[in-house]
Amino acid sequence: MNHALDNRQASPAGEMGDAVIRVSGLNKVYTSGLHALKDVDLEIRQGEIFALLGPNGAGKTTLISVICGIVNPSSGTVLASGHDVVRDYRITRSLIGLVPQELSTDAFESVWDTVTFSRGLFGKPRNPAYIEKILKDLSLWEKKDSRIMTLSGGMKRRVMIAKALSHEPRILFLDEPTAGVDVELRRDMWEMVRGLRASGVTIILTTHYIEEAEEMADRIGVIRKGELILVEEKAALMRKLGRKQMTLQLRSPLAALPPALAGFDLELSEGGTKLVYTFDGQRDETGIPELLRLLGEQGIDWKDLQTAQSSLEDIFVNLVRGRA
Amino acid sequence: MNIYAIRAIYLFEMARTWRTLMESIASPILSTSLYFIVFGSAIGSRIADVDGVSYGAFIVPGLIMLSILTESISNAAFGIYMPKFSGTIYELLSAPVSALEAIIGYVGAAATKSIILGAIILVTARLFVDFSIEHPVWMVAFLILTSITFSLFGFIIGIWADSFQKLQIIPMMIVTPLTFLGGSFYSITMLPPFWQKVALFNPVVYLVSGFRWSFFGAADVNVAVSLGMTLLFMLACLTGIWWIFRTGYRIKA
Repeated sequence: MNHALDNRQASPAGEMGDAVIRVSGLNKVYTSGLHALKDVDLEIRQGEIFALLGPNGAGKTTLISVICGIVNPSSGTVLASGHDVVRDYRITRSLIGLVPQELSTDAFESVWDTVTFSRGLFGKPRNPAYIEKILKDLSLWEKKDSRIMTLSGGMKRRVMIAKALSHEPRILFLDEPTAGVDVELRRDMWEMVRGLRASGVTIILTTHYIEEAEEMADRIGVIRKGELILVEEKAALMRKLGRKQMTLQLRSPLAALPPALAGFDLELSEGGTKLVYTFDGQRDETGIPELLRLLGEQGIDWKDLQTAQSSLEDIFVNLVRGRA
Repeated sequence: MNIYAIRAIYLFEMARTWRTLMESIASPILSTSLYFIVFGSAIGSRIADVDGVSYGAFIVPGLIMLSILTESISNAAFGIYMPKFSGTIYELLSAPVSALEAIIGYVGAAATKSIILGAIILVTARLFVDFSIEHPVWMVAFLILTSITFSLFGFIIGIWADSFQKLQIIPMMIVTPLTFLGGSFYSITMLPPFWQKVALFNPVVYLVSGFRWSFFGAADVNVAVSLGMTLLFMLACLTGIWWIFRTGYRIKA
């Protein structure tokens, strides 16, 4: 009998390249008729932090649940390290750790017992030293003998992360990991996630906090109504889709824009004292010199100038509204 | 075979037993002791021997069986229902655990509790009435077989139930009446001929009869038939659980 499931089982050579997860033509139709995933194709690369963004009900949790084995796919395949998650579930599940969105924990167990239970459930022999390390890393060591029901929400979230890490997974899914936690704990978790990535763990997170994705992700996927509408390097995405704005503080308010400036994407605000020019930051020809020249010709003086790039949140909102 | 997972589930479930010792062990022992006091000592002393056995001793196998059936069902049903209720079932579903391993863990723990309980009730009964066990090996075999079979049945109920009310309804409305009508307190040969035939449709009759045979060497039905019916019910439960895991019924979308 194979008493322990070995996480180091190699992927079939050459099948996956640097992809640790490959989703192909994945569909999920619930018995209610809800088509939660529509022909999803996705590759997650070894060692990256991948952020999956999408509004509520977009299909993020369903996608994670299919990969982790909690939900049966209707069609399509999912490979983890080259192994089919349905056929070779013993191998794939031993590689994957999951922190679900809901705070689903035992109430009466101690922190130590529940984390130890998780390690055994995933086919690993007891290793008190490793459990101790996890609990210390997550600032849970002082609470190791406490019943889970006595812990705060933030501490329970840490317990769930400890459970997910208990079997030393190589792929970690974090479904809304910082939902409802305070700023300090969120920062701690970001640090922890970076530490895991540094140790070679591939991390896939879903989040509603765009700043979280902006802060941590290497690549970003956006899912809308079950369709994966975009997968892109974060930096490239911000370069490609990021709109820049130049704001001019005018010396005298303008009642209306002169017709000579009609060719520019301009907007007057704050009683005509602020002129906002929106332009494509990716293009070489931004139009700024031409605009400034025309303003001079029109006798419009300005005293201050600022430029700003749209945030990932702006990009996300544009995408899910279908405007990008 | 994921032995570590089986061990983890088993120990996790057994830990719940030790944590809730009063509900798990003390409460069934107390209620069974009351049965012995009322039916065995108080009323039983005025009832004639049944098949040459004093009434107090005659009801011992039936009472043990009554406790085992209800506790096996309750323990196994609760064991799998709670993760569903609390949402922690996600962990079992995402773990490298086969249906067989999950069943061995959950059902094994539930059956262990029932066997421990049965043994304690047996010792408790000996304090109230005098009896001997004619076929101790078969007694243990029936005890184990019944505990496992009804823990499997309880596991199915735990999967099926989507509320605490449903968790209780089958043990209360079906199993307890069948046990009372299954010859726990009487021999079915004491019934009118028509009702003797009706009683044969009650599966508990075979369990109690077989178990009583192991104590006193006398049975309402042939012991081989008792054994066969118990195994048949176990097979039916196993088939049901196999179907549940194959389809993901009420555990997997």
